[in-house]
Amino acid sequence: MSARRMLDRKLLRDLWHLRGQWVGIAAVTACGVAVLVTTRTSYSSLLASRAAYYAEYRFAEVFLTLVRAPEGVAEKIRAVSGVAEVETRIVAPVMLDVPGLSDPASGRLISVPDQQRPSLNDLHLRRGRWVTPGRPDEIIVSEAFAIANRLELGQTIGAILNGRRQALRVVGIAISPEYVYEIHEGGLFPDNRRFGVLWMSRRALASAYDMVGAFNDLSLTLASGASPTEVIAAIDLETRRYGGLGAYARSDQMSARFLNDEIGQNRVSGTVIPAVFLAAAAFLLNVVLGRLVTTEREQIGTLKAFGFSHRTVSGHYLKLALAAITPGALVGIGAGLWLAAQVNARYAEFYRFPTFLFRVDGGAMALALLVTLVAALGGAAGAVRRVLRLQAATAMRAEAPPRFHAGILERLGLARLSLAGRMVARSLVRRPARALLSVLGVALAASILILGRYFIDAMQLMADIQFRHVQREDLTVVFTRPKTVDVRFELERLPGVEVAEPFRLVAARLVAGHRARRVALTGLANGSGLRRVVGRNLRSVEIPREGLLLTDKLAEVLAVGAGDTVMVESLEGRRRSAPAVVAGTVDELLGMSAYLDAGSLRRLLEDGPLATGAYLKVDPAEISVLHARLKLLPGVAAVSSRATAAASFDATLAKSLGLITGILIGFAGTLAVAMTYNTARIALAERGRELASLRVLGFSKKEVAVMLLGEQGVIAAAGIVSGLALGYWFCALLAGLYQWELFRLPFIVSLGTLSFAVSVVLGAAAASGLVIWHRLGRLDLVSVLKSRE
Amino acid sequence: MANATTGAPVVQNPTAREEAVVFSARGLSKVYRMGEVEVHALRGVDLQLFRGELVVFLGPSGSGKSTLLNILGGLDVPSSGEVRFLDHDLLSANEKELTRYRREHVGFVFQSYNLIPSLTALENVALVTEIATRPMAPIEALRMVGLADRLHHFPAQLSGGEQQRVAIARAVAKRPDALLCDEPTGALDFETGIIVLKALDFVNRELGATTAIITHNAGIAAMADRVIRLRSGAIVEITRNARRAAPEEIVW
Ligand SMILES: Nc1ncnc2c1ncn2[C@@H]1O[C@H](COP(=O)(O)OP(=O)(O)OP(=O)(O)O)[C@@H](O)[C@H]1O
Ligand SMILES: [Mg+2]
Repeated sequence: MSARRMLDRKLLRDLWHLRGQWVGIAAVTACGVAVLVTTRTSYSSLLASRAAYYAEYRFAEVFLTLVRAPEGVAEKIRAVSGVAEVETRIVAPVMLDVPGLSDPASGRLISVPDQQRPSLNDLHLRRGRWVTPGRPDEIIVSEAFAIANRLELGQTIGAILNGRRQALRVVGIAISPEYVYEIHEGGLFPDNRRFGVLWMSRRALASAYDMVGAFNDLSLTLASGASPTEVIAAIDLETRRYGGLGAYARSDQMSARFLNDEIGQNRVSGTVIPAVFLAAAAFLLNVVLGRLVTTEREQIGTLKAFGFSHRTVSGHYLKLALAAITPGALVGIGAGLWLAAQVNARYAEFYRFPTFLFRVDGGAMALALLVTLVAALGGAAGAVRRVLRLQAATAMRAEAPPRFHAGILERLGLARLSLAGRMVARSLVRRPARALLSVLGVALAASILILGRYFIDAMQLMADIQFRHVQREDLTVVFTRPKTVDVRFELERLPGVEVAEPFRLVAARLVAGHRARRVALTGLANGSGLRRVVGRNLRSVEIPREGLLLTDKLAEVLAVGAGDTVMVESLEGRRRSAPAVVAGTVDELLGMSAYLDAGSLRRLLEDGPLATGAYLKVDPAEISVLHARLKLLPGVAAVSSRATAAASFDATLAKSLGLITGILIGFAGTLAVAMTYNTARIALAERGRELASLRVLGFSKKEVAVMLLGEQGVIAAAGIVSGLALGYWFCALLAGLYQWELFRLPFIVSLGTLSFAVSVVLGAAAASGLVIWHRLGRLDLVSVLKSRE
Repeated sequence: MANATTGAPVVQNPTAREEAVVFSARGLSKVYRMGEVEVHALRGVDLQLFRGELVVFLGPSGSGKSTLLNILGGLDVPSSGEVRFLDHDLLSANEKELTRYRREHVGFVFQSYNLIPSLTALENVALVTEIATRPMAPIEALRMVGLADRLHHFPAQLSGGEQQRVAIARAVAKRPDALLCDEPTGALDFETGIIVLKALDFVNRELGATTAIITHNAGIAAMADRVIRLRSGAIVEITRNARRAAPEEIVW
């Protein structure tokens, strides 16, 4: 038999012998590569799909809402330097009575040109046809809304347009780059059943809302190289007298911003997690190969004595490493692409892009292969170095018994440890690096388990704070135009309404030095009971009698603190500007708000006691009667319910986080199993002889198992404890990173998550222990003792 | 040749002294099946070992010495025949009972010392005394084998002979009824071998444990009460020494 064939046979035999550990290493590698490929692929796919969508459907770059401007103003805007394309529209809120939905839905009616397709923010018609020019009873509805409400072409929806009841017939179902996320004003998350976007002929909408020859919404694109801030400033100046609410760039557009944040989330998990898995694979390889070289030193000596070159022999061990890593990487790439397709399918469903491009990131793939190769080489390096150093003559001699010392553990006063305890302690101390890395491996698995559930924990806490502590009303009603606060008596006369608390929202700009932000000033009635301002620690914060209460994130953006003064520029009505003192800040989790006392707001704006909406507390028995009444009230623009918002939040959460969380947890579980199984197997291999001696001395299988698995137990326990600490730290790190203007993740590790992580790791350790227990039973005492040390 | 194995010539002389039987085997056979091939390691062995005696087993490689000793020590079970230790039936004993039997009654010494590398000499011995029913103090056991000054050495810090003596101390510390040694001097040079044999001889006399020693070294037979020779899985000869030679007198 040729020398090479002999080594190849040995390779196969070694692989078979070590199959359990090899599968473990391959699986951990596969997990790391899969995470890398999945996140990179779905990231690049999402980016490409979004870019294609935005470009093809000419998504605008600057947006502006105003009260009313004559069409001629558009020409002036077009003349502003830096402006490329301009599109004017009429946008109006509308109350909807959707068949099959008892509570009222609200919609946003948007005009589409009668002569041609929109030059900006074009629609992609999924089904049906375009609206007939001038027809006031034809609409195109957004696909999300249509699906959520099972709307079919030809069906009609009741609507109140500018106070007049009217039936709208669905002639088309479409999507728009402007509403990838459909969130209604002041909403936190999409609720597609109760909020939808509808498109109607410009002419029809103009006559319904008295807007013939005028517009109240403007969007535009920029000439290449134009500065958005300069254009925005110029436009604001131009539209001031028409009630312009302040133009904003695409990056501040609600849907675009949500999408942006969402895509950004991928980046963190796409790098850190694969690195953890591949490092773990390299470590496992190192341990297993190291052990193999020890048991095979005699064979290695023989091979060398027979004249095999160093290169051939060490090449053999490299091949063993590659034999684990390569299939792992290939499976990882395959699984990664498959998972990416699953994730993309979710994205496609969630975002409703007209076409969802699948962009395989070739660079990521090459990176994955390169990194695994490095991991294999790194893992095998130690073993190969030892092979090279081994002289044929010394290799043939039996290895001296491993050296132990009464380590520092004993000097630290652990001398009273039982003998089994001492065996465990000394064995750990003899190879401190390996013990620590094993602990680290288990710890990483535990921490990834915690991390995997962190988003769900945090989102749930956010929902809990929002829906149980902040919002205490049953319904929120928004009026079509401001009413006096006396409207509360009117509302309280409605069936089922127990308490009505008016509130007032005013679009405004807060300016502090060179920093400015568009916000909705929220004026709350003194001692408001239905809506509270609540910080992270769940303590509700009183609205100061005088001055502003800012969300701390807003204060940070404006670089102001309590006692500082900001300019408040109202964007509505008489557009008053007045200074206001920041009375305090509150660490709210959602949005960026500026609160003030209703009276204080009135004094600031120098107008009357007005309300733009009201919070209602409703007798649950009468809620459907109330809904039916509210649908018919002309002055009501929108109604939203806390319970349904909470439910849709949960559904959104499950849909968007379920898959990713599942993947992370599955992979972390794999890591936990591979880690604990490997350490147990190595211990068995290294100490098989010792254990056989103990059995000969009359120790029972159970006693021997305790001595062997004691070490695994210590590693698992230390791994769990440090894993919990590490998990906490990871979550704190993420909480620190996810501090966006839309929302800020709270730091939380729930008890459920902790016990979940602990039980998965314990389960993995127990399963590995069981395999070892089974192997202990098959330990052939006689043959072990017959063999030479 | 091994033709006349059925009914091997048994030369026994149990009536020389009124001795208590510790081990008794009758028609003991052990067959290893390796696929198609059957290896008869033992073919109908009849044997008695008496309280306190020191027996040396001799025989060519593969004659079944280790197999026999392992069966007597409860490490292996015969394919057929009877084997008893005092009132224990070793044939019908299950795994648990055999473990308990080893724990309470048997001390083993092997060619390879099989010490626990992570425990010191003293701790290696203590490991056994902790689970024994009437043990001696670990220090005392080590003193018996002349290692009172090596208590806190780890196996890696001891010579081969010292390691083997620790193994003997560990085997005797429980005051076993039987001390079974499979080539205890196999890995040692002459002088160290003598020291180890002296230790075995000493504990045999001190404790009165029935001691069986397997060896390839015919010279060692001189220190035995009886010498049992095996060939091809059967006992071919049992002789009784008129006098037990002291280990120092042994030459090989
Ligand atoms: N586990 C086993 N499987 C198959 N055959 C075995 C096994 N153990 C021992 N044998 C065979 O049984 C016979 C007796 O073996 P045993 O180990 O008892 O011999 P021995 O007299 O101790 O030899 P040595 O002096 O070389 O140690 C041998 O032929 C051996 O090949
Ligand atoms: Mg033998």
